[in-house]
Amino acid sequence: MNPTTRAPDYADTVRTPEELGRDAIGRTEAQVIGTSPIERTAIEREEELFTINMGPHHPATHGVLRLLVSLEGEVVRDLKPVMGYVHTGIEKSCEDKSYWKAIPFIERMDYLAYYSNMAAFCGAAETLLDLEIPPRAAWLRILHLELNRIHSHLVGLGTSALDLGAISMFWYCFRERDTILDLFEMSSGQRMHTRYFQVGGVAEDIPVGFARKVREFCALMPGRIAEYEALLDHNEIFLQRMKDVGIVPRERLLELGVTGPLLRAAGEPWDLRKVEHALPYADFEFDVPIGTVGDNWDRYRVRLAEMRESVRIIEQAVDGLPEGSWIADERHVVLPPRHELATSMEALIQHFKLVTEGFRVPPGEAYFPVEGPRGEYGVFLVADGSAKPARVHMRDPSFVNLQALREMCVGGYVADLIANLAMLDPILGGIDR
Amino acid sequence: MPDAPGLELIAHEINSRHEGAIVGTAFEHGQAVLLADPGLIRETLGFLRDEPAHAYRFLASVHGADYLPAAPRFAVHYELLNMPRVERLRVKALLADPGDDGLPELDSVVDLFPTADFQEREAHDFFGIVFRGHPDLRRILMPEDYVGWPQRRDFPIGGEPVIFTATEDTVPGWTR
Amino acid sequence: MEVERTKLRGLSPLDRPRSPAELRVRQLRARDMLRGDLEGADLDEYVESRVLTTTLERAQSWARGNSLFPATFGLACCAIEMMSMVSARYDTSRFGAEVFRASPRQADMLILSGRVSIKMAPVVRRIYDQMLEPKWVLSMGACSSSGGMFANYAVVQGADKFLPVDIHIPGCPPRPEALIYGILKLQRKVFGDPDLGWRERYRAGGTEEGRRPWKAGALPVERVGSAPAAGIVTGHGQPGAAQLDAPVGHPQLTGHEARDAYEEAEEDEPAAGPRPAVGWRDDA
Ligand code: SF4
Repeated sequence: MNPTTRAPDYADTVRTPEELGRDAIGRTEAQVIGTSPIERTAIEREEELFTINMGPHHPATHGVLRLLVSLEGEVVRDLKPVMGYVHTGIEKSCEDKSYWKAIPFIERMDYLAYYSNMAAFCGAAETLLDLEIPPRAAWLRILHLELNRIHSHLVGLGTSALDLGAISMFWYCFRERDTILDLFEMSSGQRMHTRYFQVGGVAEDIPVGFARKVREFCALMPGRIAEYEALLDHNEIFLQRMKDVGIVPRERLLELGVTGPLLRAAGEPWDLRKVEHALPYADFEFDVPIGTVGDNWDRYRVRLAEMRESVRIIEQAVDGLPEGSWIADERHVVLPPRHELATSMEALIQHFKLVTEGFRVPPGEAYFPVEGPRGEYGVFLVADGSAKPARVHMRDPSFVNLQALREMCVGGYVADLIANLAMLDPILGGIDR
Repeated sequence: MPDAPGLELIAHEINSRHEGAIVGTAFEHGQAVLLADPGLIRETLGFLRDEPAHAYRFLASVHGADYLPAAPRFAVHYELLNMPRVERLRVKALLADPGDDGLPELDSVVDLFPTADFQEREAHDFFGIVFRGHPDLRRILMPEDYVGWPQRRDFPIGGEPVIFTATEDTVPGWTR
Repeated sequence: MEVERTKLRGLSPLDRPRSPAELRVRQLRARDMLRGDLEGADLDEYVESRVLTTTLERAQSWARGNSLFPATFGLACCAIEMMSMVSARYDTSRFGAEVFRASPRQADMLILSGRVSIKMAPVVRRIYDQMLEPKWVLSMGACSSSGGMFANYAVVQGADKFLPVDIHIPGCPPRPEALIYGILKLQRKVFGDPDLGWRERYRAGGTEEGRRPWKAGALPVERVGSAPAAGIVTGHGQPGAAQLDAPVGHPQLTGHEARDAYEEAEEDEPAAGPRPAVGWRDDA
């Protein structure tokens, strides 16, 4: 297939509603009906738009996304996402919970980036409390955020490859994913939705043997990534469906508010890890991979390269993990250590107060962004001085990035839509919240 | 982030161009907030976007909020970002509640920032804020025939009461 | 499944031959059998030790239970754990439940993996209605079993409000092992009673395919007011009051039904009067 015909400039292919109702030479429907039957059949065959409904139960929509696709033959002419099928009302539920009980809710928004969700929420609460987290906690957060990034990209890669017909990628990616989940389980006791971060630091120090396991994982992972590359990079089917498909120019992506690997694949080196200094990413040495063309191939390569960089960060994080406490010593926010409960009355009272009522956060508003696997996760938090947040709003990257799907797909084939959607990697829990 | 004096300068600059567009500033926890007049929100955001000295060209997010006991009840926050300078600026437009006879209204900024499309629909869906001039203002996450604005603070959270042994006689709809 | 098996003088074919001599004896017997030389008690013993008798239903449910095809249908976080159920580590193909079918028409089992929102509930019900019988539903995780932590306006508090659920699997998310355990439980259920009698249990008579008084897929849900506490979702998968009072018409035929659906529809008179109101619980 000739790439130039497959990916025309999106501006040429976007049609206004008036144009959609007209045929190639600009006649309206009424005029067309006036023509002779033979002529009309020919016109209709060329120009008829056919709207199909994909989802919400469709195996390749990565969740319960529904797409209304207008097709002309096999070419996508228009696309409308319909979402809300897993709208859970999490933001409302958070308003009914004290801050530390809201963390599990926040986690369940984007269910492949639970650490990013937590980091954004805890960061916003800490901003309002003017709380500084100890270095060990910050490093542990980075360690887990990066493990989470690899985990998320693995699931994304496995399921995308599955959509494109490469089923064995799924097994391989899930094999490594389970290794990461073992690490999560080791540090927090849960595979998913760990509630490991909390306001003031992390819930628990890492257990004995965790560092060794992480090092083993770091030694293993680059080889595994090389295996994925060996499987996919020269696969003719995969290349055909990836290269020069779904190109959207960088400027347009910025207008659409797209962040994350999608934006970086288009050549914009924007990574909050490099520019925001709320988490000490400045102490780490890593690169930000970017693409040049901005097609699906670049998106795939950027994600693989990001996994490699994350492995580098994780290695540095375990090697240089600072000693000290893993949680801030702020007794009005943080539960007293377990052993004090047996000896100190104040600690017991404090514990009781914190567990039953929660801590109060002074009135104010804060927005705290974190670079997650899909882009900028930002929590906007309004506190009214009570122990419960007054408003929690998550700026979820999948939700914003989804707006780019139309421009990625319009003018391409309907089969490329699946590839585009897979490479957009939306998580419906994050979109619908 | 612009610092506190810088924020005042920006406010002054916008006010000298569009009289009364900025009604206040706030600088807390290192985050800069411009309190904008909702009637002039397009002018404010357009100025911040296009003026070369500011060039907040990236709209990271639009948050709706409901400050129920407070007097102008609703707010829409625009989270602006200048990528080269890594500066964030929040523009907040407070909207009064017109009560039973209407919905709070605000001009849409979709043509300035195309990313606001879904996000304004979301604010509309949850808070009933009407964005004038939005190309496709429908509910986005709730079912389209849903009645009510679920994330307003006076909307009940809903759900079902949990039945414990102690309460099973009093919870409605449950008999032994 | 329980099959009565008595050992025949210690020479059950399931026993390994204890010595080469014994193996030789068996070989000779088999040869005699093939030649037709075996007769009398010897022949009886030979056949009994090799042939297993059971009822057709049992054999059928044994086959069914060991090849449960789930529908490819993920709702939320639990879906990720559902996917890892088929991964190499957990490998449900050991229990015959790894063939995810993208079309509900080909699936036997619907795994409700995640929270069901009020917007999704009619869709889920429709997918359930599209599945061919016999069909089973597993509700995976706290959310689909009870609404879980999300007791709010958007989430249906438990999927058994609108479709019959066979197995509830606790956890948030349940580990893949837990899901496999749930599938094993379902298998036991399928082995024991292929019909399962769920229509009696849920008092869902009249919901057989092609006989529903309301159109397939239309969830009998009434929305009342805007306050969810006042009950945005009423009814428990039963026809609402409006549907009960309305004259019950024929099921709408699309032309794709089996032949007998037409014939039945022609024979049956429309049911007169409201159907007996049946509730999910005895609270009426
Ligand atoms: S039970 Fe837990 S993991 Fe499963 S869908 Fe609900 S919140 Fe997600």
